[in-house]
Amino acid sequence: MIIELGHFALILALVVATVQMIVPAWGARVGEPRMMSLAEPAAVSQLVLILIAFLALVHAYVTSDFSVANVAENSHSTKPLLYRISGVWGNHEGSMVLWVLILALFGAAVAVFGGNLPATLKANVLAVQASIAVAFCLFIIVTSNPFERIDPPPFDGRGLNPILQDPALAFHPPFLYAGYVGFSMAFSFAIAALIEGRTDAAWARWVRPWTLAAWMCLTIGIAMGSWWAYYELGWGGFWFWDPVENASFMPWLAGTALLHSALVMEKREALKVWTTLLAILTFSLSLMGTFLVRSGVLTSVHAFAVDPRRGVFVLAIMVLFTGGGLALFALRARQLAQGGIFAPISREGGLVLNNILLTTSCATVLIGTLYPLALEASTGEKISVGAPYFNLTFGLLMLPLLIALPFGPFLAWKRGDVRGAAQRLLAAALLALGAIVAAAAVFERGPWLAPFGLAIGVWVMAGAVSELLFRVKLGQTPMAEARRRLASLPRSAFGTTAAHFGVGLMMVGIVATSAYRSELILVMKPGDRAEIAGHELAFRGAAPGKGPNYTERVGLIDVYRGGARVSELAPAKRLYDAPAQQTSEAGIYASWRGDLYAVLGDQQPDGGIAVRIYFNPLVRCIWIGAIIMFMGGAVSLSDRRLRIGAPVRARRRVAAAPAE
Amino acid sequence: MTRKQRRAAFIASGVAVLTAAALLVMIAFRGSIVFFHTPSDIAENKIPAGVRFRLGGLVAKGSVKHRDGALVEFSVTDTLATVLVTHRGVLPDLFREGQGVVAEGTLAPGGVFEAETVLAKHDETYMPPEVAKALEAKGVKLGAGATHDTGSKGEKVE
Repeated sequence: MIIELGHFALILALVVATVQMIVPAWGARVGEPRMMSLAEPAAVSQLVLILIAFLALVHAYVTSDFSVANVAENSHSTKPLLYRISGVWGNHEGSMVLWVLILALFGAAVAVFGGNLPATLKANVLAVQASIAVAFCLFIIVTSNPFERIDPPPFDGRGLNPILQDPALAFHPPFLYAGYVGFSMAFSFAIAALIEGRTDAAWARWVRPWTLAAWMCLTIGIAMGSWWAYYELGWGGFWFWDPVENASFMPWLAGTALLHSALVMEKREALKVWTTLLAILTFSLSLMGTFLVRSGVLTSVHAFAVDPRRGVFVLAIMVLFTGGGLALFALRARQLAQGGIFAPISREGGLVLNNILLTTSCATVLIGTLYPLALEASTGEKISVGAPYFNLTFGLLMLPLLIALPFGPFLAWKRGDVRGAAQRLLAAALLALGAIVAAAAVFERGPWLAPFGLAIGVWVMAGAVSELLFRVKLGQTPMAEARRRLASLPRSAFGTTAAHFGVGLMMVGIVATSAYRSELILVMKPGDRAEIAGHELAFRGAAPGKGPNYTERVGLIDVYRGGARVSELAPAKRLYDAPAQQTSEAGIYASWRGDLYAVLGDQQPDGGIAVRIYFNPLVRCIWIGAIIMFMGGAVSLSDRRLRIGAPVRARRRVAAAPAE
Repeated sequence: MTRKQRRAAFIASGVAVLTAAALLVMIAFRGSIVFFHTPSDIAENKIPAGVRFRLGGLVAKGSVKHRDGALVEFSVTDTLATVLVTHRGVLPDLFREGQGVVAEGTLAPGGVFEAETVLAKHDETYMPPEVAKALEAKGVKLGAGATHDTGSKGEKVE
């Protein structure tokens, strides 16, 4: 009964979204306020309806109602509650319901908090947002309905892939989708602006917090996915340049660029055309990510051709919105008024460089991801484009960006002074030089380029901090004055510093773990000892264990450092009940120097067990960096100025340059 | 600087970065693309030693042997030809005899494939699509469910 209610609510949501798509936009066109004001209640009720549909599905999962085909295929009665709930979005149909739920959430947020938006803009934005909802609700109902029943219901479900039964992966999709779908706001605002033929600073002020919120979610979502892959796939890597990963990484790159160009638009009313285009492209990449992951085209073009219904539907949605958006852009972009002039060397110029490098690197990732698909579709030749390609293209393009990054915040708007900025970055440069020397001394082996990579990370971190220090005039004024200045800085200034610091820290982690990782593969018998990166390991043996829905063999390895026992590693091989499937659980000992990481292999004929052990130096910096970036975004989002709709032009110019 | 000059400067720098990126892409494609082959391709002497490629097929029944020092030997077959594969490391959880496998590495001069990575997928009935297609192309009959796809990420083991 509840499941039928959910089904009905979803269909009703489709109807409401259809009305919301047509009526307010028409009202904005003919200037009829009552038609426009329909958008708000429609957006809110659309959210309520989709929430009902979603909760009905959650209910079916929690109560293990196996008469629902989707539950029977993806859940199992012995699964812990958390994974019964996360199982809702652990499959195609359920994840699409989550997708539209988040979409409706963003739309309703505009309806509720958008009180200070111009009425026509708001009506148009909500209409565009509703059009996306129409497309995806239709997609769910027509091709991927999670509310279908099966008769007779099976005795028990088929279970969720055990590798997905993991806390990080339980929350990975919601964050990822919040990011993907959050960019729909930027898209809707861009389309609404093009429909109206004008954008202004208030528009950018509205777009920026939404983009920032989406970007934060995507950042943390990608980081969670990477963290999960690190400890669950048992291969000790943090990023594989897998097409599925790239699908979420490309919107992130474009979204980062959008975040920075929206800044120029807000502060200086420049780059309007470019920002609008970028908003369309960012959401298009999100749609493409959805297409790549959801159509099955990634596993093979062949598999896609066998059952193309879903893929073709998402492809049609993607072509419609991307194509429609770009066509509208081509028609109307000229009408967007030109903004402020600036010299190439200026804050704006720096942000343009940021945009050029980010979008170009995004394009290289796109080519590397799609080329194998295009080649297989056209010639049937199967190739794989792996890490070497992405490291060379993407990696090299990131270098100038990271080297230039600390300069940006030091440059003034309109016309900047590179020499002045360079002088202020002297301390950061010295620290970076120190990092080269220190890295070369600590890590005697490893590629000669690695110390420079580490130095760039330190450079970015130190540059971010020195910008903050110069703004509070630390050392130039008495301590009390510096403290007062620190307290009066806008929150977004801290956000910028934190986000950039996080990027630097991540760079340090990536370079250190890629260049200086140690690896040991050996067969161990109880009592055997091994040594890796200054740790001594003693294998105690393997013991059987039992979890809620699996049995396992746990290997116990004592870790000694300088003769003292510091920890133990407990890598395991698990056999799940349903579906019967084996997984590896890595045993990890984390210290500030890095992670000791062990994976159990096969039992050998002579009684030993194959064990693979890694030492990944500083690997946690990668995820800590991502968390710091996320928090930087959150701090910036809490800045009051972002919540004020219209900019106050007459306000007294603050002595320091505006934030960011 | 006028608006026009400014725009020209930005377009020029954009074009410069794009050109550099295009060059990088071409260089990277030349060096890092990995092709996919089956054991019969090797039997036909199509592949010179030392070239990195992906070998796909079925793990021959009874061929898996554990040697000293975590060295594993197994044979990969497409039923028309068989290649001996060596791999130092831990095999993926779903590595089974009779199941599909994709290994990446190089051919040693003696005709033995030295795999650096071995990939398997997370499904009992799963067969990597490229293997299934290659086997079909060679006229090998596959059982039902052989091309079933879970849509989940591949598992890699070094």
